[in-house]
Amino acid sequence: MSYLARRIGFYIVTAWAAVTINFFIPRLMPGSPVEIMIARLGQNGPVTPGMIHALETQFGNPKASLLSQYFSYWSQLFHGSLGISLTDYPESVGSVIGQALPWTIGLIGASVIIAFVLGTAIGAYSAWRRGSFLDGALPLSAFLQALPYFFLGLVVIEVFGERLGWFPTSGGYSQGLAPVLTPSFIGNAAQHAILPAFTIVVTSISGWMVGQRNLMITTLDQDYVLVAQAKGISQRRVMWMYAVRNAILPQFASFAVALGLVVSGSILVELVFSYPGIGSVLLNAVGNEDYSTMQGIFLIITLAVLAANFIADLVYVVLDPRARQEA
Amino acid sequence: MTVNVATAATIEIAASEPAPGRRFWSLLTRSKWVTAGLTIFAIYVFLAIFGRMLAPYDPSYQNYGEILKPPSAQHLLGTTQLGQDVLSQLLVGAAPTLEIGFLAGVVATALSIVIGVGAGFYAGSAGEGLSLLSNIFLVIPQIPLLVVISSLDPKASIWVYALVLAFLGWAWGARVLRAQTIALAQQDFVLAARASGEPAWRIILFEILPNEIPVVATSFVYTVVGAIGSYVALCFLGLVNINTWNWGTMLYWAQSQQALQSNAWWWFIPPGLAVAFILLGLVMLNFGLDEFINPRLRAAGISRKAMKAASRQQGITPVVRKRPAEPSGAVRAGDEINNAARRAK
Repeated sequence: MSYLARRIGFYIVTAWAAVTINFFIPRLMPGSPVEIMIARLGQNGPVTPGMIHALETQFGNPKASLLSQYFSYWSQLFHGSLGISLTDYPESVGSVIGQALPWTIGLIGASVIIAFVLGTAIGAYSAWRRGSFLDGALPLSAFLQALPYFFLGLVVIEVFGERLGWFPTSGGYSQGLAPVLTPSFIGNAAQHAILPAFTIVVTSISGWMVGQRNLMITTLDQDYVLVAQAKGISQRRVMWMYAVRNAILPQFASFAVALGLVVSGSILVELVFSYPGIGSVLLNAVGNEDYSTMQGIFLIITLAVLAANFIADLVYVVLDPRARQEA
Repeated sequence: MTVNVATAATIEIAASEPAPGRRFWSLLTRSKWVTAGLTIFAIYVFLAIFGRMLAPYDPSYQNYGEILKPPSAQHLLGTTQLGQDVLSQLLVGAAPTLEIGFLAGVVATALSIVIGVGAGFYAGSAGEGLSLLSNIFLVIPQIPLLVVISSLDPKASIWVYALVLAFLGWAWGARVLRAQTIALAQQDFVLAARASGEPAWRIILFEILPNEIPVVATSFVYTVVGAIGSYVALCFLGLVNINTWNWGTMLYWAQSQQALQSNAWWWFIPPGLAVAFILLGLVMLNFGLDEFINPRLRAAGISRKAMKAASRQQGITPVVRKRPAEPSGAVRAGDEINNAARRAK
């Protein structure tokens, strides 16, 4: 599996780059996060030398050399420590992120899959039937692509939540419910996810749609599609098994770019809907000058995006025999 | 003009046409997407230049007699919670929003040309390294990183943000340009230039880059779209100096002072739509550029009826048709569509 091996190598390098960026940013910027964090921690309780040491490892220690700081930063990470959360003192950043992450992964995961399936299908169909009403979907999709996520989110809240009262507009589940995995809780959570998911799907669908349409138009001119039609294979089969099957491959290859954008946009959607995910935690952290949490979240989000890309790679290997044969 | 559709997604390289730039321009303005996109864009540039002069009031002036007033003759777009004129804020806010987008776009495009063309032109470990670099920057999610950066230096000027946005936004363009450069580097005219001993910088500047103008243009437009979107988002989050006026900070104030809950749509909707329409114009421009890069996509200018008729008669299968002008019997679907377009005109 040399294709997968190369991809895994790439993810390792990217993860290293993300950690390194995280290490250098607070050391290059003019602010002094260590002092701010120590002052703020002092308001919550006594600051032990251990805590100061941990903060200096995270954000910079004027007494140590950059290289030794870099190594102790890595060793702290390998011990699983992302620091102490100011926002939810005295919980660790790791546990705060751990509580929020399932919400975000559920919301974004479901939205991305829905947007991908719908967008690819509409895009493929509009290429197959050029000149039909679906050509009108192109200007519409350009408009949806141009709408800022958070702006659409606020409009959606106002229209479907406040005016029409169809769906709950904030939070991940109704207040007073215990977050346990019972059918009634899952139903409640799903209801709360409808509007944020709708917002993400509507703003992100057009990328998949236009992408698939353009790839499909190129694929339809290929000789194998022509041969398939000449053989008298049914139109539906030619479309799905010959044209879509091939045109969809680059869509998986461009998954990386799309996912980064969707994740960035979803953070804003979470804020607008007060969704209990990682985006809301990030913004609370900003309000509290909680640098440990901010940096922890950047790291975790990047790793999650890498993991999602790896899943896309696995699907790609299943779909594209060329990737499998390179072994 | 017969369009050669044999190579997918690579630019047609016509040796007989000496000035790709001029041909590019004349073809471009024929596309409806491009015309619409450029029109919207021109309106915004006009507003950005003259917005400050056109604004009827000082955008920060607080008129406590006129609080949360709906649109009227005095205040065409109503007033805010603090009695400020929404239209004036919108007009004054145009310039900074566009400036940052364009500055970021220019810097990012320069980076993507250097890195992308370099990665494509130089085979071996240098090229691979540059390609790896752009792939890394593609995967890293921008907003969380921007949040971390902006919270560490809340007083940073918009120029700093433009540079940071450029630094985070060049990777997509670099990846596309790399693919284009690899394809172009194997073309005969580049090989000929190499064989005649031209230096690498000359081949890149005079042989390769002129043929990549449309790709550079699309990646520039996408970077501007991304930069404006991210900057507006950061302002909306209140992370950037909220006392300056741009469409993001307008949305921030509207949201934090509960514009929608108090039914003040005139305060909240205009900045959102202002952002949406400039991005729409740019996205449309790019649809047009895509059609230029990949002629198969060129459906613009074909009337819907002609298109439908063409596809109903023959599906996408080439069919032998009796046509005096065409020497060969079999007609490719792409040519057929272009012919249909010409007939429709």
